[in-house]
Amino acid sequence: MTDFLLELLSEEIPARMQAKARADLERLFAAQMADAGLKASAITVYSTPRRLALIAKDLPAQTAAVSDEAKGPPEAAPDQAVDGFCRKNSVTRDQLEVRDVKGRPTYFAVINRPGRDSKDVLAEAIPTIIKAFPWPKSMRWGEASQSSESMRWVRPLSGIVAIFGDELVPCEIDGLTSSYDTVGHRFHHQAQAVSGEPVEPRLSDEKHPSTSSGLTGITIGNASDYAEKLRACHVLVDHQERQNIIREGAAKAAADAGLELVQDEGLVIENAGLTEWPVPLLGAFDPAFLDVPEEVIQLTTRVNQKYFICRDKQGALAPNFVCTANIAASDGGKAIVAGNEKVLAARLSDAKFFWELDQKTRLEDHAKKLSNIVFHEKLGTVADKVERVAKLAEWLASLEGTGLLRADPEQTKQAARLCKADLVTEMVGEFPELQGLMGGYYAEKEGLPVEVSQAIRDHYKPVGQGDDVPTDPVTVCVSLADKLDTLVGFFAIDEKPTGSKDPFALRRAMIAVGNIVQNHGVRCSMTQLFDKALSLHWETLFCGDELVLGFYPGPNFKGVVNKLRELGEIDPDCIVIGFKNPDEIELKGLYSIGTTHEDVWDTPKVVDYDRFRDCLNSELVGDERLNASLIPFAVERLKVQQREAGVRHDLIDAVFALGGEDDLVRLLARVKALQAFVETTDGENLLAGYKRASNILKKEDGSSVRVERSRDTDAAGEGLSTSLATNGQLGSASSADPDITQPLSYTPEAAEKALIDALDAAQPEVTAALAAERFETAMTALAALRGPIDQFFEHVTVNDDNSDKRIARLALLSRFRDAVHQVADFSKIEG
Amino acid sequence: MKPLSFQQIILKLHQYWGDRGCAILQPYDMEMGAGTFHTATTLRALGPDPWKAAFAQPCRRPTDGRYGENPNRLQHYYQYQVILKPSPPDIQQLYLDSLSVIGIDPMLHDIRFVEDDWESPTLGAWGLGWEVWCDGMEVTQFTYFQQMGGFDCKPVAGELTYGLERLAMYIQGVDSIYDLDYNGAGMTYGDIFLENEKQMSEWNFEVANTDSLFDLFNKAAGECENCLDRKLPIPAYEQAIKASHIFNLLQARGVISVQERASYMGRVRDLAKGSCEAYMAKNGWTA
Repeated sequence: MTDFLLELLSEEIPARMQAKARADLERLFAAQMADAGLKASAITVYSTPRRLALIAKDLPAQTAAVSDEAKGPPEAAPDQAVDGFCRKNSVTRDQLEVRDVKGRPTYFAVINRPGRDSKDVLAEAIPTIIKAFPWPKSMRWGEASQSSESMRWVRPLSGIVAIFGDELVPCEIDGLTSSYDTVGHRFHHQAQAVSGEPVEPRLSDEKHPSTSSGLTGITIGNASDYAEKLRACHVLVDHQERQNIIREGAAKAAADAGLELVQDEGLVIENAGLTEWPVPLLGAFDPAFLDVPEEVIQLTTRVNQKYFICRDKQGALAPNFVCTANIAASDGGKAIVAGNEKVLAARLSDAKFFWELDQKTRLEDHAKKLSNIVFHEKLGTVADKVERVAKLAEWLASLEGTGLLRADPEQTKQAARLCKADLVTEMVGEFPELQGLMGGYYAEKEGLPVEVSQAIRDHYKPVGQGDDVPTDPVTVCVSLADKLDTLVGFFAIDEKPTGSKDPFALRRAMIAVGNIVQNHGVRCSMTQLFDKALSLHWETLFCGDELVLGFYPGPNFKGVVNKLRELGEIDPDCIVIGFKNPDEIELKGLYSIGTTHEDVWDTPKVVDYDRFRDCLNSELVGDERLNASLIPFAVERLKVQQREAGVRHDLIDAVFALGGEDDLVRLLARVKALQAFVETTDGENLLAGYKRASNILKKEDGSSVRVERSRDTDAAGEGLSTSLATNGQLGSASSADPDITQPLSYTPEAAEKALIDALDAAQPEVTAALAAERFETAMTALAALRGPIDQFFEHVTVNDDNSDKRIARLALLSRFRDAVHQVADFSKIEG
Repeated sequence: MKPLSFQQIILKLHQYWGDRGCAILQPYDMEMGAGTFHTATTLRALGPDPWKAAFAQPCRRPTDGRYGENPNRLQHYYQYQVILKPSPPDIQQLYLDSLSVIGIDPMLHDIRFVEDDWESPTLGAWGLGWEVWCDGMEVTQFTYFQQMGGFDCKPVAGELTYGLERLAMYIQGVDSIYDLDYNGAGMTYGDIFLENEKQMSEWNFEVANTDSLFDLFNKAAGECENCLDRKLPIPAYEQAIKASHIFNLLQARGVISVQERASYMGRVRDLAKGSCEAYMAKNGWTA
């Protein structure tokens, strides 16, 4: 058993790609070994900015020998056939064996494949792994890049170390050959420049003097001396060791100054990916910069400079940072710290300048500039969006019975109007991720009510699963309005997410809507919310009572309209809609105003908004079509969002399939009650009974036998349609059903009678419980049917020869199914 | 030891790269936003011929003007460009040695190659590489060109772009560009360029006649197309650079709306890509 070492040396590999590269290397290597029938007892992978390394423990020296046999032609076959068989299997005729196959002598070739040297397997595997390596972005380089077929790697690949035991595994790819040699730290381990004039002798630290003249390489002996030889040359190849040094060293550097480091595992990993010899160093900045919001300081230090920040004993942000150098500098790091302090000071003074400059303009004045930013070509500017969001938020705050009424409508409107203003500030221009937060700070500085500044700050929330869901009523209204507007707008212009593409983050927006609605128990039909949001899109585009329809064939239609407005040619309240082709106007049965530029403006016509909307609605957007895609989208997202909470997606389908249930809070309450029920023995058995009944009824479907149903379709209460017309299994309209009280023409059997009685008792109970939204009670009432349905199937024959009995019993089963369907469409339930 | 003056840094780099076989060029005599626009970079990155050049290029970024009031920002500054094609295997070491030559001791400072991929939609170009950090400050952009003008680079060229003022501030330990020692004999960067920055900022932001700029833009674009029709890629490319700079001026004057911006950029891109295509064709190279 022998250990194998592979090192792929390259120019600096981006830190963010290293973790995946290690996993890929291990996966590809293990797959290559498995193909050859080899298996290591353990595989370890390492990465530094300049190398990927893999150590495989205890590989066998050879692959196992394989013995195969192949059946050939009969002994009597012509020579040609026998020779062909020999050629195919690389054997000679005298090596063939003759065996009896069903009385016929037949040739057999026994092929013994001896084991291969693992070294040879490895030599083939290495180039394969390199060629197959899935870097997120790769490049070509150097002389070889004359051909576009040249090897690709994340950055130029400069060396391959491949040693099996103590032996070199010889391999070659694109002119690069494997060897025992690698390099140490870029600066610590370098005696002389590779080329050119000699530079000043470098300082070196005492432990590892770079004495060996001209030596830039290190010779590795085998897998077990690899890490130690590199360590001696200032390379810690184990990324976890570097991470530990950074994590502990940074904390210690802060603690030595009486501070506490703000832990940041992402930064630990990133810095470990940027260094081979990490040295955390404490630096400081001018406390005057602490006027700038903490998040800004944190962001610029973290994102731009990859520094850790520190807090003082009281928990306040300290004017200090910890950077991670890649060198134990000859002066102990003084020059490095001084340099980093200078860079940070320049960054912070930019931030402070933005912070102060932005405050010279009030948010409402910043907001005016939003009309210069296009939200989406078809959905207007950000200013248009803000106007819609303000109206929608105000409407939400006034919505009776939804639990949103606690929001002050004036504050809600104000917050919504200002919520996007920070997008045009300098600070957000520099740090887009601070949107919302900066607006909140600026609102606070302006002395706006805390509800308003909070809503501005938090209206983007929740961003993704696990993010805080806003709690303040004003924030809730603004956040909800913002997301609804986005969802409805993009669905209206048919920009729906498809597959992995969701450029406008609509899935996230819908999950956020679901989270807010549930967290606050917002009782409202989603259809109603979407409808209102859609009407505001119309109002933004076509607001006002009067419309002028214009035909203008040139570009810059808006510019022309604005000019005409300035000249007083068009009433300022008048909305102008342009068509490129006059036929479009005709086709829509509207108004033809003229066919030339001049004609258009001479004869403005007043158009009735409602008529216009009606005309275009069905064609361009169509409320129906919109909700038909938005509501199922909402339910799909609800399933995703509820998955973690353990809510079964099939049960969501089962309740949603009833139709009409678009109050997410109620939908979920029903689903949860249903889940609790179906997981009991009663529930399981009822489901089994339902399936049996359903199967029998399905068989009858399409046959000439008319199955009668009897059920009061209005029983389930307002706003909750339980119509089963869409089920398509029975196909008969309930209005045609006979009265359920119609006496049977025969005496029912005991079990049949029991089921009738049970249904008579349960149905009104279920109906009443559903209407009162007491879903557990509805389930309990339903549970009462379990015994009778079991008994019914045990003792009663549905397919009786007597057709009266048969029809009546089918009707009874149908009634039973309907009763179950009041609660959920059990056919959607899995298991 | 007294640190190098601004001009000595340039001279040392000239010496260093000249010794390594680079043609030391003088700046291109047209306004451009970055050294990459120099024909010695853009056009020479195309095609199979080897190429080695180094030059200091003045860069103009009108919107970065601060009337001489910001110690870190200028509307006119210098880049030092090195272009090596094909990229040599020891290009990183060559670069690091050049830093030693201008006085940056790599055992005293923290020099790092941090991922930074480069893309210029205007030139239809992209490459992979790094920003080189010295003690946390970006001092050089290091790029392996993969595509130029929409064409695969065969072979790949390595491009080094040193930010000269930043490097000099670092080497000299000054906090303002204007305090840089320019010639080692008492003249500062401010003595030479401060008044320039003040006047040019005023012109860029306030004075430049936008009507005539729009006109110039269209004329340059038209002339570029004219040159392309006549199969003259080099003059066509010059007109594309000109249009690009005029567009930058219009941006500084704030007369190009967000919506229009994309269409102007698209127009410049088409001109630049067209010039690259014509350059390939003129030389008989295929993609």
